[in-house]
Amino acid sequence: MAIPVIYNFRSVKARWTSAIVAVLGIAGTVGVFIAMLSLARGFRATLVASGSADNALIMRAGSTSEMTGAVSLESARILQDAPGVARGADGPLITTEAVLVTPIPLVSTGTDANVQVRGVSPNVFDIRKNIKILQGRMFHSGLAEVVVGKNATGAYRGLTVGSTMTMGGQSWNVVGVFDAGGSAFDSEVWCDVHLLNGAFKRPADTFQSVTVHLTSPAAFQQFKDYVTADPRLNVEVSREIDYYAKQSTRMTQLISILGGLVAGVMAIGAIFGALNTMYSAVAERGREIATMRALGFGAAAVVVSFVIEALLISFVGGALGAVAVLPLNGFTTGTMNWQTFAHMEFAFQITPILLLSGLIFALVMGVLGGLPPAVRAAQRPIATALREL
Amino acid sequence: MKFRGLIFANLFRKKIRLMLTIGSFAVALFLFAFLAVVRSAFSRGAEVAGADRLVVTNRIGLIQTLPISYQDKILTIPGVKAVTQNHWFGGVYQDEKNFFVQFVIDPDNMLKVMTEFKVPPDQWATFLQDRQGAIVGAKTAQRFGWKIGDRIPIIDSLYGPTKTWEFNLDGIYHNDRPGGDETQFWIQYKYFDENVPDFAKGTAGWYVLKLDNPDDAARVSKAIDTMFANSSFETKTETESAFAAGFIKQFGNIELLIEMIGMVVFFTLLLVTGNTMATSVRERISELAVLKAIGYSDRTVLVFVLAESLAIAVLGGVLGLGLAILAIPVLGQALNGLLPSLILSPGILSLGLLVAVLVGAVSGIIPGIGAMRMRVVNALRRV
Repeated sequence: MAIPVIYNFRSVKARWTSAIVAVLGIAGTVGVFIAMLSLARGFRATLVASGSADNALIMRAGSTSEMTGAVSLESARILQDAPGVARGADGPLITTEAVLVTPIPLVSTGTDANVQVRGVSPNVFDIRKNIKILQGRMFHSGLAEVVVGKNATGAYRGLTVGSTMTMGGQSWNVVGVFDAGGSAFDSEVWCDVHLLNGAFKRPADTFQSVTVHLTSPAAFQQFKDYVTADPRLNVEVSREIDYYAKQSTRMTQLISILGGLVAGVMAIGAIFGALNTMYSAVAERGREIATMRALGFGAAAVVVSFVIEALLISFVGGALGAVAVLPLNGFTTGTMNWQTFAHMEFAFQITPILLLSGLIFALVMGVLGGLPPAVRAAQRPIATALREL
Repeated sequence: MKFRGLIFANLFRKKIRLMLTIGSFAVALFLFAFLAVVRSAFSRGAEVAGADRLVVTNRIGLIQTLPISYQDKILTIPGVKAVTQNHWFGGVYQDEKNFFVQFVIDPDNMLKVMTEFKVPPDQWATFLQDRQGAIVGAKTAQRFGWKIGDRIPIIDSLYGPTKTWEFNLDGIYHNDRPGGDETQFWIQYKYFDENVPDFAKGTAGWYVLKLDNPDDAARVSKAIDTMFANSSFETKTETESAFAAGFIKQFGNIELLIEMIGMVVFFTLLLVTGNTMATSVRERISELAVLKAIGYSDRTVLVFVLAESLAIAVLGGVLGLGLAILAIPVLGQALNGLLPSLILSPGILSLGLLVAVLVGAVSGIIPGIGAMRMRVVNALRRV
């Protein structure tokens, strides 16, 4: 026969100080676990959201990031007529881009950050359809004007609409803010590609990457086959979304390894804490347990009862830890993208799945911390336990 | 101490609890050491930068180059002892995962400015003679199992179409400074300049210069920036540590994040150990009352409790830090290339031990004072 669960509730209540300590130990561990995973997730999501499945990114063969690419104007002309490229009102949907970094002070610390600047074609919003102007207007082609991402305008100094910034030794007017839906573009500054090449003394007929909008995601293979087969082109084609996913791997890996390690070691500490709490519970209740056994509850019932108690404590701990980190959701922070050395703003992303895995993690800790004391409680000879003071 | 026996007997009365408490301490200290090491890995550059060195970059940004002719012009400024120039090569060895920094260096001046780098003279002489030569840091050589005489292919796509450059490994450098970088890969400027497309010929990525006197930094950096003001390549000159700090700042809140995790970890463990101490004192209230009844002073009772918690703290602390000493080199290997090398400094170790003692003292003093203040009669009356 099973021992009623109400017994566990009451006994936790009776020894609430040590139960609270065990709860907090588990809460801390779960909190760190969820926070680290959500950070890695947020970083990855920001980069992945930058790409669309129906866009193709073309760089020089062998380039690992846009920073190191080079695509000539002639190649771009061949690319725009390739099959699978969508057409808009004024011609094929293609943007030739130059990407570089320029130092702009951070609002938070006043020190320079390498802000990613992207020279784009004026029709870029037809290619990256999920990006909208939030405030002000788009830059006019041929004028020294820039539009900035919504994270960039808050994170870096002097990037508000109406102000003037210096870049490549020239002055540029900030005329608009765009919303790229929380992707990496939101940390960027965009301007006319030809003016950017001029300001940074780069060859006018060379770009670093070309992005085309495809008629459909399925048209990618056709486009890729055509481009790969053309002997005039020495380029690498990838889906925009795959390119950005790949860019996030190093940082995500680092955060996941570090976070996993810290949470893992902390879990050992928390299990020790839970073990301590449960062992003292068992020791303090030696007579109680023996009485129950004498009344006819089996050894298995005692084990189950103690494990339930440990699970109760760890569940509360896990839930508390999850609730405590919840405010981090959406909290924006900035760091350097190791692949491009550009500064990027991104947000913690806490998903229901993360919360659930945090809870499961807590329950696992509870079982590991509760089982050995439970077994010990069940194993003690009834007669000696009853005789104890 | 004549009460040693009593303290030991008390320590070992509940072996499982003792082990678990020592274990929690060990875990806490292990995490402390690990987080401190990671944190210092992020900020290492600034700590090891030379105080007597300045870095000159293009005002527009780090990725813009400077003309090679600036080297001689900078050298004419009084107070400048030596100038060297570097280029970021940015190639890949076999796979992107095998990341290490490659610099194009100026062999004539490199070691005059970067005095902490040591290369055996015979290896350096071979390197000077060998256009395709390369010098690599001891860490990177060890990582890939390279030996002197090996041919190292590096794929580069930064300068012109992607191609594989081959280098002969002529020497291995060591770094004099503790925690200094031993992962770089150096190649000859002349070979680089001959083989890059026109746009990169005759350029320097940045200059590093050594001052006669570190106090001159402000004057010399101003003189350099004034000299090139209004030219088509304006410069930005700053101390090496400011330059490194600027880079590190961009990692942003990572440092803060690590500190926050550290706080959570510590707070949690303080609670766990504090609770254990309190429980073990509570269980022994009547014993302590007996001790007081037979004439032990209040202070002695406090010392008993405190000595016990300190012993646990120190044991756990030493165990955790010992584990960290063993594990961090292994973890460093596992994280290779993702982070700058992890170094466990004596400073971190002693700070860790200090923290352990502090936590031990705090968690012992609260129940200890309780035990000291309790009234014997009340305590004995309790069952």
